[in-house]
Amino acid sequence: MEKNKFDIITIGGSAGSIGVAVTLLKSLPKNFQIPVVLIIHRMKNITSQLNKLLAKELGIKEVVEPEDKEPIRAGIIYLAPQNYHLLVEQDNTFSLDYSEPVNFSRPSIDVSFESIARVYKHKTLGILLSGANKDGAAGLGRVIGQGGTAIVQSPETAEYPAMPKAAIDINPSVLIQRPEQTVHYLLNQITT
Amino acid sequence: MEENNSIHIKELDEIIQMLMHRYGYDFSNYTKASLLRRVNRFAKETDSTTAYDLKYKLLNSEPIFQLFLQEVTVNVTELFRDPAYYKALREKVLPVLASYPIIKIWHAGCSTGEEVFSMCIMLHEAGLLKRTRIYATDINPANLEKARSGIIPLAHMKEYTTNYLKSGGKNDFADYYSARYDNAIINEELRSQVVFSQHNLVSDNVFNEFQFISCRNVMIYFDKQLQDRVLQLFYDSLSSLGFLTLGLKETLLFSVVKDKFNNIHKTTKIYRRKD
Repeated sequence: MEKNKFDIITIGGSAGSIGVAVTLLKSLPKNFQIPVVLIIHRMKNITSQLNKLLAKELGIKEVVEPEDKEPIRAGIIYLAPQNYHLLVEQDNTFSLDYSEPVNFSRPSIDVSFESIARVYKHKTLGILLSGANKDGAAGLGRVIGQGGTAIVQSPETAEYPAMPKAAIDINPSVLIQRPEQTVHYLLNQITT
Repeated sequence: MEENNSIHIKELDEIIQMLMHRYGYDFSNYTKASLLRRVNRFAKETDSTTAYDLKYKLLNSEPIFQLFLQEVTVNVTELFRDPAYYKALREKVLPVLASYPIIKIWHAGCSTGEEVFSMCIMLHEAGLLKRTRIYATDINPANLEKARSGIIPLAHMKEYTTNYLKSGGKNDFADYYSARYDNAIINEELRSQVVFSQHNLVSDNVFNEFQFISCRNVMIYFDKQLQDRVLQLFYDSLSSLGFLTLGLKETLLFSVVKDKFNNIHKTTKIYRRKD
């Protein structure tokens, strides 16, 4: 059994990203041994059941919306809670932040990507999917800056290409992949 | 695209030390990830290109420090934020508070007062406001000044009205404030039972006894050690069977006081002292 290239996977998406995120998550090996953190933009004041829907779709017991100071565990899929920024601390716990939206978004993908990359450094895999704004572009830059790996969904496969395009524009070294290529990539990189 | 002018954790620690010596504010137990983000944002806004530059400005200008305080202590708040929480208060907490001849409430980290005003409105509707004393505290004097004025921006009033109705409010929300240009002023009689005063959860102690303490989305900016200190302070400040309420994503689960409270309404984080 070879050691994982990554210690964490984080996936950011907005409009048109949920279906792709599900495809990627389904492709993870059954007993994957790292945490996965999803940051998906949602409406602010409508209570969303996205964590339950995702769990059902993936056929797993739960997708966890972490609480403040919750330890980050391997093999768990986390979803950034509505209306908070999700950050990680050096001691591998989550912390939450209710300050102003960034890129009109809370949770903001930039905030989480940057924070995750600061802690997990080159062992970070950041994946940015479809969306209609530019959140996540700067965050992927921080992933790369820390020596991590950044993947962007190819704009022609994205329902809303603005977000992938913005990330590609400012980060020449991102890997641009169609979803099925990312599935393949995950199969090769993530062991159990 | 790593930003080369950003401030790093080690430099943050130096800034924290300096602020402690110069102004007596101790940020050393704030969560690093979030604090670093906000300090970096402040550095950018003040055109501070290096940590040294920022430190120099903070050290030599108290007005800049006041701006810093405003920026790094998060002041985002709403009226009737999380309607389900207020609904639960109406149904589970107010009937219990009604049994006390004098009700004493502490809003810790009240920011610009929106949550306090929401509570006042509910107490008023339950006929309890006249015999309630609310102590609303914050670390930031600028927030308290704003809160005392009772003025809130009119821009979000539509959203607040929706929140109010969702919380089970039955009255005409517009009766609770008067609109003036871009602002709304919360009626003075609703605010008459509130005392706004400065209190720093990091360094200050028990100052009274309360049946209800609300501290929502304040401790998320504290590390575990400081959270434990503050939670112990709340426990010591609560009367027997008193209530403590937290933000929707905060929990006592990872704290030293977890066995001293029951969670009486799980999804909205309303806790009650066991003894």
